[in-house]
Amino acid sequence: MLTMELLVATTIGTLTTAAIYLLQRARTFPVILGLALLSYATNVFLFAMGRLTINAPPLISADASRYTDPLPQALVLTAIVISFGMTAVIVVMALRAWLESGNDHVDLESQPNIDEGDGE
Amino acid sequence: MSHWIILPILLPAITAPLLALAVRHDIVLARTFSLASSLLMLMLALFLLSQASDGTILKYHLGNWPAPFGIVLALDRLSAMMLLLNALLGLLVLLYAMGGWDKRGLHFHPMFQFLLMGINGAFLTGDLFNLFVFFEVLLIASYGLMVHGGGALRLRSGVQYVVINLIGSSIFLIAVGLIYSVTGTLNMADLALKVAAVQPGDQALLHTGALLLLLVFCIKAALVPVQFWLPATYANAPAPIAALFAIMTKVGAYAIIRVYTLIFGASAGAESWIAGSWLVPAALVTLALGAMGVLAARSLGQLVSFAVIMSMGTLLTAVGLFTPQSMSAALYYLLHSTLAAGAMFLVVDLVVQRRAQHGDLLQPAPSFAQISLIGGCFFVAAIAMTGMPPLSGFIAKLQILNSVRHADAAVWIWALLLTGSLLSILGFARAGSLLFWKSTAVNGELKPGRRSGTLPLVALGLVFGSLLLLTIFAGPVNHYLEQTAAQLFAPQGYIDAVLATEGVR
Repeated sequence: MLTMELLVATTIGTLTTAAIYLLQRARTFPVILGLALLSYATNVFLFAMGRLTINAPPLISADASRYTDPLPQALVLTAIVISFGMTAVIVVMALRAWLESGNDHVDLESQPNIDEGDGE
Repeated sequence: MSHWIILPILLPAITAPLLALAVRHDIVLARTFSLASSLLMLMLALFLLSQASDGTILKYHLGNWPAPFGIVLALDRLSAMMLLLNALLGLLVLLYAMGGWDKRGLHFHPMFQFLLMGINGAFLTGDLFNLFVFFEVLLIASYGLMVHGGGALRLRSGVQYVVINLIGSSIFLIAVGLIYSVTGTLNMADLALKVAAVQPGDQALLHTGALLLLLVFCIKAALVPVQFWLPATYANAPAPIAALFAIMTKVGAYAIIRVYTLIFGASAGAESWIAGSWLVPAALVTLALGAMGVLAARSLGQLVSFAVIMSMGTLLTAVGLFTPQSMSAALYYLLHSTLAAGAMFLVVDLVVQRRAQHGDLLQPAPSFAQISLIGGCFFVAAIAMTGMPPLSGFIAKLQILNSVRHADAAVWIWALLLTGSLLSILGFARAGSLLFWKSTAVNGELKPGRRSGTLPLVALGLVFGSLLLLTIFAGPVNHYLEQTAAQLFAPQGYIDAVLATEGVR
């Protein structure tokens, strides 16, 4: 049991460390990878917050003597769906930004806000 | 159990797919449906306000699962007021956008309705994880709206905005996980009962969770040190969307008020009022930084963005003291600053439309069409934004100054608020004279700009009208807000109402 806790804890730690390193890069691709890693770390962390229980069902069953907490599992499921969707959104936006501006730096150069067209 | 209070979420949730699927090619129909839905929402918000104004707390158990096991929506005075503010600003911004902005890209109206749905949901929910979900709903709609109309600069600032908010979402989940791990619940009313009973050994986890949650809300509310995303986002977003974003920072402020009076309020044992000692210094630095930004801005969009940062600093200074009197003053300032910032961003767009190649850059340019009318609008909006008499900003600032007299940091708050106001008056005066007065001294031609009809001006006039009403009816509004603050500082009524089971069938 202790080894599993150690394994889960180091996994979360490693993922988060890598994510924080990647988030500080100046190009969108490493930043997106960092966001993905951060969401994985968060999901595992959220899952572990229901405590690590081995060989126990989350829902009521006739021959179970103990249960694992089902709520974090439901939360993680929601979080996975949301973070997956958000990653897809930012990939598309980063691609569009790269195609329109010709480079993938995340910083902005200051430019005035000029009315660029009407679409009328 | 009242079925009415799920309607502010259901109505846009039905309208948006209808707009996206059925009428996506017909702009006239899309506008009709969108406008009708927003009008209905305003009436609904007025009705809910009348329901909540006598102090009853309405609740709705989704799927009839009793709290704290199911998801619960709750409506108190604060939620009802925020719903009304959102419905009003949403309707007026929609009117403005119908002047042409909604045709510049695809799916403006569905995303707009989804944004309103997410904001309404965040104001109504009584569950911390559900708050996260509604934050994501409003954020994903705002991502789409932020880059509406396209353009390289807008897309790149949009990517920054998404990155910041995705990091914020991860921190939100970590905070929620930490709080759940030591309390075993995420229902806000249930949490309010359980945080005081947390084991001393788990106290550090709860404390970390509570402060991480505060960090997330501060990212939304653009508080120092996490305010840096706001100027790039607001200055580059489409103008009507920037005006609507004025309420998105207030969603962060609302979440701070809700969570740190209800869950971590007087009854939270060792965690009582933990937000205050962090909020007040951070908010005061925000105020100072915003004021300096207003002076240093090189374009009108930046200037207004920093004025928004400054107003968030003012608002959260008053919130962070957590006294009923300062809370009531803060809520009045919240109403005022949302409308004022909305008006200001619309004025920026009117200027940008007419100055063609000079855009909103603060440099002298030749005179443009309707310069005295737009200049007048700028003058009114700037009076509102800087909090000068006769508009409601003056009343709001006076109330805040009055309510903080007995606070420990009173000297700092008075000094920074008054100096900040002076600096922002200087900043706006400088911008106004550069844009409008100096234009007569510049010769040359402007490229022909985009002409929009009178609808945007009507919408802007209605925002000014709302500000005027807020000023004229300051008495009744303040009476309501004092009751709201009293309700916030007596959370037992909320807890009892949400956790009671007799209403569940």
